[in-house]
Amino acid sequence: MKANCWMGKKRVEVQNVPDPKILSARDAIVRITSTAICGSDLHLYNGFVPTMEKGDILGHEFMGEVVEVGKDVSNLAVGDRVVVPFPIACGNCGACQAGATSLCENSNPNAWMAEKMWGHSPCGIFGYSHLLGGYAGGQAEYARVPFADVGPLKVPSHLTDEQVLFLSDILPTGYMGAEMCNIEPGAVVAVWGAGPVGLFAMASAKLLGAERVIAIDRYEKRLQRAVVGAGATHAINYEEHDVYDTLQGLTGGRGPDACIDAVGLEAHSDGAMYALDRGKQALMLESDRPIALRQAIRCCRNGGTVSVIGVYGGFIDKFPMGAVVNRSLTIKSGQCHVHRYMRPLLERIESGELDPSFVITHSLPLSAAAEGYDMFLNNRDGCEKVVLKAA
Amino acid sequence: MSQLTVPERVAGLIGLRNRQQTRWVLRALGVREILTGLGILARREAAGPLWARVAGDAMDLGLLGGSFGAKGTRKGRLLASTAAVAGVTLADAYAAAGSSRNVSVQKLVGPIHVVRSITINREPEVVYQFWRTLENLPKFMAHLESVRDEGDVSVWRAKAPAGTSVEWRAEITLDIPNQKLAWRSLDGAVVPNRGVVCFQAPPNGRGTEVLVELKYEPPGGALGAAIAKLFGEEPGQQIAGDLRRLKQVLETGTVTYSDASIHSGMHAARPPAPDERVTLLGASEV
Repeated sequence: MKANCWMGKKRVEVQNVPDPKILSARDAIVRITSTAICGSDLHLYNGFVPTMEKGDILGHEFMGEVVEVGKDVSNLAVGDRVVVPFPIACGNCGACQAGATSLCENSNPNAWMAEKMWGHSPCGIFGYSHLLGGYAGGQAEYARVPFADVGPLKVPSHLTDEQVLFLSDILPTGYMGAEMCNIEPGAVVAVWGAGPVGLFAMASAKLLGAERVIAIDRYEKRLQRAVVGAGATHAINYEEHDVYDTLQGLTGGRGPDACIDAVGLEAHSDGAMYALDRGKQALMLESDRPIALRQAIRCCRNGGTVSVIGVYGGFIDKFPMGAVVNRSLTIKSGQCHVHRYMRPLLERIESGELDPSFVITHSLPLSAAAEGYDMFLNNRDGCEKVVLKAA
Repeated sequence: MSQLTVPERVAGLIGLRNRQQTRWVLRALGVREILTGLGILARREAAGPLWARVAGDAMDLGLLGGSFGAKGTRKGRLLASTAAVAGVTLADAYAAAGSSRNVSVQKLVGPIHVVRSITINREPEVVYQFWRTLENLPKFMAHLESVRDEGDVSVWRAKAPAGTSVEWRAEITLDIPNQKLAWRSLDGAVVPNRGVVCFQAPPNGRGTEVLVELKYEPPGGALGAAIAKLFGEEPGQQIAGDLRRLKQVLETGTVTYSDASIHSGMHAARPPAPDERVTLLGASEV
């Protein structure tokens, strides 16, 4: 089959690789129809995530048709159309039974690597480094899906791939980011990053009752999409306006009730701190640049919540803990427990409340994956989200 | 090194009077530093010499502290030197503490002792029974090929280097159903070993905390070294992996395989080629 493989820093290549086979009675094989490039794939592409091996198949947002099931998978049949959640979860361990599927205790066979880095291991993830399992990803024609009796969600045929594909990651991730804010009626929520996850966090904040939703980014097209597509009430281009002052002006000097960091470890800014963080990252003095996170903490109102859904991998510097402690801030974070949100969000899509397809700007064949990565990374042609068609 | 060769300059630098006695004390301290330094560099497991450094730092602090009352010392410099040594002491203590945590690798010197634990989302009775059925052990212990329970004794077979295997006999020494199980190898084992595993309900009453303690004595010689290596460069990691697979088997029904983990050594995360050999540990029915 054809699959998009990581071949080194800023190098991906669609190669011919062996087809996947069932390895466990709880596996299924899915013939992939649509798959997407995630913002977090760019961290792999840019070489910020350790334990990648040359030849790893990338991709953790995918859907398709079941073509084979292991003998213990009784809920799926050949021919079913499914969306596959990016966290691999067994459904049996304590974490899964508590609904925290991204903390599955059994799905990462390389848990020892994650323990060295983070103390304990989260779940395994498709196509996302050996530290998170060493699983082949879904930017391919076929994928083996472990614990297929737990993860894949059957989707009705009247919805298009574009409408349901993002149930695999970015829609639930954005939703969980908003949910962690404990939004009360009339709340003001500011979202750093108007990439696809940020847009879904904005749309979710509105659904959950936020009165004002403020989008922060530097690309005008993304800010427009935030207002038109995601229902943001205000947009701040941080290259033109001071974010702190603008947010103060929009909140009567209180600051937003909740701040969502949908940017993560490769944040940009125009200040001196950016150059400093860039330099430190190059010298391995810190692995992640927490520029958006620092600003979100500084801007948040006293007693407010900072929700972190942008990806961080390692260590950050100059973390403003003084602001957190002295101003009673709450910080919440996590990789999304996708399984928990898929069904309720599918219902919102079916009812017409949500149509996640508005984030898509480019649809390319799988064979053009390399072009898609380059386009997404460099924001060429107003790129917001690339869907790769594998069939 | 400078303490050894130019003690008078060092004395001036840290604020002490340049006297005969001071110079000799400094020379002796220099020798001590070099010895502990060599000790740290010569041994892969540096905790011992590192703690010796901490002791040495404490001695320096004591001597510096004592010098504050002495005539002809320069208090400003002494204070700065004391602060600097205090900093070094902290750093050394930190390094020694960190190193002590990794002392499990005592290759070929004395018995290897490992303690590891894991929580499994099944009742203690289930976990105990699975373990007590000794034939199950190779389903999650990577280095075991088979265990045959013959009643009074059991026969264990493990993988050995170059495609060979070693066999030994063991006996159960303690068996408290659903709580505790201990065993030891009988005379004649190539790698004498014993272990104990405890099963207990966690404070919230859900599942089982499994605590394993293993001791084994790799023999000398090349064979011993090769066999010791079989147990892993880091024996603790090997046992931790075994326990994780036990949890996978008991909770999910099978060992978890990723596209990379079915290969020995590193392998790209992609399906195996038809002619590639893969190892599906414990793939038999549970």
